[in-house]
Amino acid sequence: MPDAFEPKIVAFFCNWCTYLGADLAGASRLKYAPNARVVRVMCSGRVDPQFVLNAFARGADGVLIGGCHPGDCHYQEGNYKALRRFRLLQRLAEQMGIEPERLRLEWISAAEGDRVRTVINDMVEKLKALGPRRVGQGPDRPVKDLAEVS
Amino acid sequence: MSERDGLRIGVYVCHCGTNIAGTVDVRAVAESAAALPGVAVSRDYKYMCSDPGQDLIRQDIQKFGLNRIVVAACSPHLHEHTFRTATRTGGLNEFYFQMVNIREQDSWVHEHKGAATRKAIDLVRAAARRVARHRALEKSRTPIHPAVLVVGGGIAGIHAALTLANAGKHVYLVEREPSIGGHMAKFDKTFPTLDCAACILTPKMSAVKNHPNITLWTYSEVTAVEGYIGNYKATIARRPRYIDEDLCAGCLECIDACVFRQAKVPDEFNEDLSRRKPIYVPFPQAVPLVPVIDPEACIEFHSHKCKKTCVTACGERHAVNLRAEEKLERIDIGSIVLATGFRAYDARRSANYGYGVYPNVYTALEVERLINASGPTAGEVVLRDGRTPQTVGIVHCVGSRDENTNRWCSRVCCMYSLKLAHLVKERTGAEVFNFYIDMRTPGKGFEEFYQKLLSERVHFVRGRVAEVTDWALDSSEEGRLVIRVEDTLAGLFRRIPVDMVILSTGLEPQPDAGDVRRLFNISSSPEGFFLERHPKLAPVNTFTEGVLLAGCCQGPKDIPDTVAQAGAAAAEALALIDAGSVETDPNTAYVMEEACSGCKTCVPLCPYHAISFAQAARKAEINQALCKGCGTCVAACPSSSIGQNLFEDDEIFEESEGLLAYA
Repeated sequence: MPDAFEPKIVAFFCNWCTYLGADLAGASRLKYAPNARVVRVMCSGRVDPQFVLNAFARGADGVLIGGCHPGDCHYQEGNYKALRRFRLLQRLAEQMGIEPERLRLEWISAAEGDRVRTVINDMVEKLKALGPRRVGQGPDRPVKDLAEVS
Repeated sequence: MSERDGLRIGVYVCHCGTNIAGTVDVRAVAESAAALPGVAVSRDYKYMCSDPGQDLIRQDIQKFGLNRIVVAACSPHLHEHTFRTATRTGGLNEFYFQMVNIREQDSWVHEHKGAATRKAIDLVRAAARRVARHRALEKSRTPIHPAVLVVGGGIAGIHAALTLANAGKHVYLVEREPSIGGHMAKFDKTFPTLDCAACILTPKMSAVKNHPNITLWTYSEVTAVEGYIGNYKATIARRPRYIDEDLCAGCLECIDACVFRQAKVPDEFNEDLSRRKPIYVPFPQAVPLVPVIDPEACIEFHSHKCKKTCVTACGERHAVNLRAEEKLERIDIGSIVLATGFRAYDARRSANYGYGVYPNVYTALEVERLINASGPTAGEVVLRDGRTPQTVGIVHCVGSRDENTNRWCSRVCCMYSLKLAHLVKERTGAEVFNFYIDMRTPGKGFEEFYQKLLSERVHFVRGRVAEVTDWALDSSEEGRLVIRVEDTLAGLFRRIPVDMVILSTGLEPQPDAGDVRRLFNISSSPEGFFLERHPKLAPVNTFTEGVLLAGCCQGPKDIPDTVAQAGAAAAEALALIDAGSVETDPNTAYVMEEACSGCKTCVPLCPYHAISFAQAARKAEINQALCKGCGTCVAACPSSSIGQNLFEDDEIFEESEGLLAYA
């Protein structure tokens, strides 16, 4: 029997909220899918779109960015910068044929261990339904007219 | 490392007893790491954080000529510092180290050993690739300003302020209410010793007032905080009391002289059980003993037609100034102790207990005031119609341990309910019933106090009260309140008629705890209490360096625990001050000048104004002292000409590629 598809997720978690939330999930012994691998950054604002695209290029089936809730950023507003870039990156990824479910930005606080579990489980479930990321295939839908986008 | 041949990595996989080894095949992880490029030695060991574990790193650095270290163990938030130190004392730059979290984010959250082991192998591979790129860095030192800001003047804030001040440090104590004292000032007796709250609290309050090292600002709030450990700047808004603290002698003649002959305003300090005048002191032992004018109630502020008898009464002192305005104070401090306390649960939310509907349903805080000799009834426990209750029911866990309201145990209610049972019985001779779910008396002398109550013939009924009602079923219940409860020990439903119901309300975060949390840049637990850095090992620290916690703002606790925590917070602040400076991670961003095109994209992104544009060179510049290392500018730079120490682009690329590479 062939192995069931196990999606690979690269997760960029901010040091102060989401990474601590993931630590809390551990301290609370919550169990969740083992598919995500966390890269710690100081702030979600540090996540360069190139990190995300490179992860996809190297075989990630999904990329998860975790930051502090709006208004709670340890660096005041880095998460807003992350959100801004994320919106643009989403559009770009879609044009590259990366389905929207594969790229996710979540606000998870240091107290939300349970949310780390539900978000990762949910993402794994969605990626399993979607299957492995197909390389070199165009978008399913036609790219929006540039004028329409702007 | 550019010369990859010279790379000699040591990889250490910790068992953490069975914490990691129970779910992750640590031997397999170490063996897999041994095959990675550049890895000179790879081991697994029972406890890497132990002295022999750290010695292993130090010895291997010498023995195998290692120049990079990877430790796969717990969260870097726990032991990164430990292993960096081992790396340094072994003779390497401490930043030639990378930590891999295979406990909190692997063995503790996964069940399948194969999957957890594969994850650990991936994470170690990523770290080995990342660490190869690490550069030697130096920690920077930040001086610590020796003054401390203490926010909140309850027993926690008072104790922390006095401890710091007695050690010769300057303290700014800021309290929102007109007097310090907090909730403790409202109590008559404290459990389990039944010593008088005022007798032990008021001397400390006066000591605060008279201490040369304490600047006390009551009726004031912190409105802005900026800076970082060692160098905080805070702005405190001092609301006008309309009576000048420096000029007032505390004679209180202005209160007697007020045109309001009758006190008409609900008295907050007495839980609205009595009335006060528009000009008032909250309670006789208030510190500072300076009246306040409530502009909402004072007619001068509405009609400007008052005879201003208070001003006349003050005479030559001219302490009453009805035109006083809010004053802003700006202070420099090195650390902050938050002691902002709690709010009692609003009993109206548990509608089945009839608070606010039946006049003879009281909250515990109201009864504290009734029992207090300086309270609205001078210590007489009487009902609103003046009768003395013959039967009293005390309902535990109101707004605690309840799925519908608050799920946590408020920790103090069992004990204060026992105290109230004792005091009510002592004052009135009434028959007293306690309705409890579990009796929780874990503290020195607490269980003994419970036993004493049992011998005093106080009744205990085990069961959560279903309802308090005035619907009488027979003549014995007529005109009384009936407590309906399942007595789970007797195994039957009971209706117990009483004259007075006391609701033992739980402890909640302050309603504005969320604003305070954002103001001081700290986190909170899901229910809103402030989050400590580590529940066991750093219970008064927060994730924001230099911001410390004391008392119920961190979670419900009794007075002894609060005082102990306040002392601990003060000790942490003292340790910072006496060290004189603190080491900070060199994770700042810097501009690579040769690559910078001078586009200025980064300049407005920095929340700390650390980036400026050098007009002459037409390049961006980052002030290393102001940069806090978030890395937002690094990610935004279109020409990749900003780097971040410890989080360089190439380090993160290597790490994420390492995760996805399969050997």
